[in-house]
Amino acid sequence: MLFLNDTRFRAVFYQVVAISAVLLAGWVMYRTASANLAKQDIATGFGFLSRQAGIAISETSIAYGPTDTIARAILVGLVNTIKVSFLAALFGTIIGVFVGIGRLSANPLLSRLMLAYVEVLRNVPLLLYLFLWYFLIILVFPPVRQAIQLFPGFFLSNSGLAVPAVEWQSGFGLTLGALAFGAVAALVVRGIGQRRRIASGKANAGWIVALALLVLPVLAVWASGAVSLSWSAPEAGRFRLTGGLQIRPEFVALLVGLMLNLSASVAEIVRAGIQAVSRGQWEAALALGLPRSRTLRLVVLPQALRVIIPPLTNTYLTVFKNSSLAIAIGYPDLVMVSNTIMNQTGQAMETIAIFMGIYLGLSVLISLFMNWYNARVALKTR
Amino acid sequence: MKSKFLALCAATAALMVGATAAQSATLDTVKARGKLICGVSLSTPGFAAADDKGRMQGFDADICRSIAAAVLGDGEKVDFVLTNINTRFQALQSGEIDVLSRQTTATFSRETSLGIDFGPTVFYDGQGLLVPKSLGVASAKELTDAAICTLPGTTTSQNLTDFFRSIGGKFELVVFESPDENRAAFYSGRCEAISSDRSDLASIRAVANNPDDYVLLPETISKEPLAPAVRQNDSNWRDIVSWSVYMLMAAEEKGITQANVDEMTKSEDPEIQRMLGGADELGKMLGLDNKWGYNVIKSVGNYAEVFDRNLGEKTKLGMTRGPNTQWNAGGLLYAPPVR
Repeated sequence: MLFLNDTRFRAVFYQVVAISAVLLAGWVMYRTASANLAKQDIATGFGFLSRQAGIAISETSIAYGPTDTIARAILVGLVNTIKVSFLAALFGTIIGVFVGIGRLSANPLLSRLMLAYVEVLRNVPLLLYLFLWYFLIILVFPPVRQAIQLFPGFFLSNSGLAVPAVEWQSGFGLTLGALAFGAVAALVVRGIGQRRRIASGKANAGWIVALALLVLPVLAVWASGAVSLSWSAPEAGRFRLTGGLQIRPEFVALLVGLMLNLSASVAEIVRAGIQAVSRGQWEAALALGLPRSRTLRLVVLPQALRVIIPPLTNTYLTVFKNSSLAIAIGYPDLVMVSNTIMNQTGQAMETIAIFMGIYLGLSVLISLFMNWYNARVALKTR
Repeated sequence: MKSKFLALCAATAALMVGATAAQSATLDTVKARGKLICGVSLSTPGFAAADDKGRMQGFDADICRSIAAAVLGDGEKVDFVLTNINTRFQALQSGEIDVLSRQTTATFSRETSLGIDFGPTVFYDGQGLLVPKSLGVASAKELTDAAICTLPGTTTSQNLTDFFRSIGGKFELVVFESPDENRAAFYSGRCEAISSDRSDLASIRAVANNPDDYVLLPETISKEPLAPAVRQNDSNWRDIVSWSVYMLMAAEEKGITQANVDEMTKSEDPEIQRMLGGADELGKMLGLDNKWGYNVIKSVGNYAEVFDRNLGEKTKLGMTRGPNTQWNAGGLLYAPPVR
């Protein structure tokens, strides 16, 4: 066989065979599933997305009412998923970095304590922690009618934390736009300033200009009178507190659970990253007279980052996917909203396809972003 | 969560690889297997819950037993499969279970779009609200702005939403996946009220530390006719399920009980003779043994006995018959004539 002995041909040939097999399997599954669904008289198609949802969702970050469409309800669930995952990743990373550094401390009490923190959080399934945090909140705090008043206007109960809130009557979008513009301008100016400083070795006023650029557009919008705010404080209704901002126990339990779980993983990654930087780097920096804290911040951590980023990507993906455990403690995330919709319409295949597609798409986006960032901090070999 | 997902995966996989069980006649499958596979709820005292000896007890479980008795002659030839509220229809569609007897409300959209058929209503229920007595609430209309705990059932959250829209109020819906978390959140005061079918609320109240601290509000905010379901396009199997249920109702009407069924075979009443297989060959018309009616009553008793044993006033649930009494006593139970 002349062709099969040709390695170049073989490489391509196997690829083609593998891809065709996958496509064929997918097509067969799709065909059988559609045929079986039709045979069993089960409704199919995505038309149900534009029907009226008819369900209430307690936690909504975007405007939503029961008369909105099913597609909108799914979007509300998605926003809730992103909100909790993002905050958990943010706070979890900050805690994790400190815990990871603490693990390497010369102080035995601190390092052992941090070790215990990591092991206790890493070795128990997250779902059990979610139950623990949730039941702690709802069993320890009093019912809402006997809410504890922390400060005037701040109420803590097993229905969550109610705080006074500022409500935007108008000008929210304008302020956000001004803030975004200011931030981009400030970043550009700061970059220029830093480059000049490195080139000339002299301090310059770049950071002052950057700060001014960050603050001035927002101030200008406010001074123009386009913004009007109203104050809303929680008030005791017949059953619960109305008005203000309500932070619900389901959200807090999920956020705390995800955040602590993530922080334990991040701590181990950071510790490994720091230990991967050779001792010589520490010694050289100390020999130059840099104190330990600055050695860590300016010499070791930037190098450790190269080792840290790839496993960190995995951790972020995990926290995003783990947010679907929300369903156990009643936080209306993407999966919970989809489940209710699945139950209402009976269109399980379509609904599962939608939320799996969304998870896949967003996970790939997170990976792409982290890979881009990894490439940026990676060692540039010239 | 995990078991639910496995069940979903199994159902999806069965759909994908071409489930054949769904296509052959269910009666033949059940007879060949020698067992009826019946889908019941996870743990709902009074409807389906294992007792301390591991035997499945409850109203829904006895409906399963009556069908098994009709088909196989023995009410104990049932395998109970615990079905999740989210996957119950998929379990039925994919052929994993032969009949779904799980406090399931018959509705238009379920009957038309899920590929299933409902049998006769076995229990006329309605959605209600349970609140702590200390709340001092006398009507569901006062619950504006309250938080209400529910399970992710279809009709449950939708009915609540509809009810509060109709009275122009708002409420906070807290949805739990598992009945245990749902109850715990309610008992701890996370929600002012818990909402479900009234029969289910009786069960929730019965397992509270002190049932007298809770009160069922008078409003019934929806109609919930609970009925067993079978796969669509198998009308013989649907007939068997329907007539097993009607047999329970007819037996109560005719005064046939588990205790006196042997005596009743000697009855002169032609309808009783037909029911118990003494005259005509009604069993053959269903593809069953001619003694099918006798077997049903012999294994579970009549409707009144099934109700009293599992839900009645002597049980922990302490439910009254309400609309679930015979038509000639002002109720809604009305079995078509056996002839």
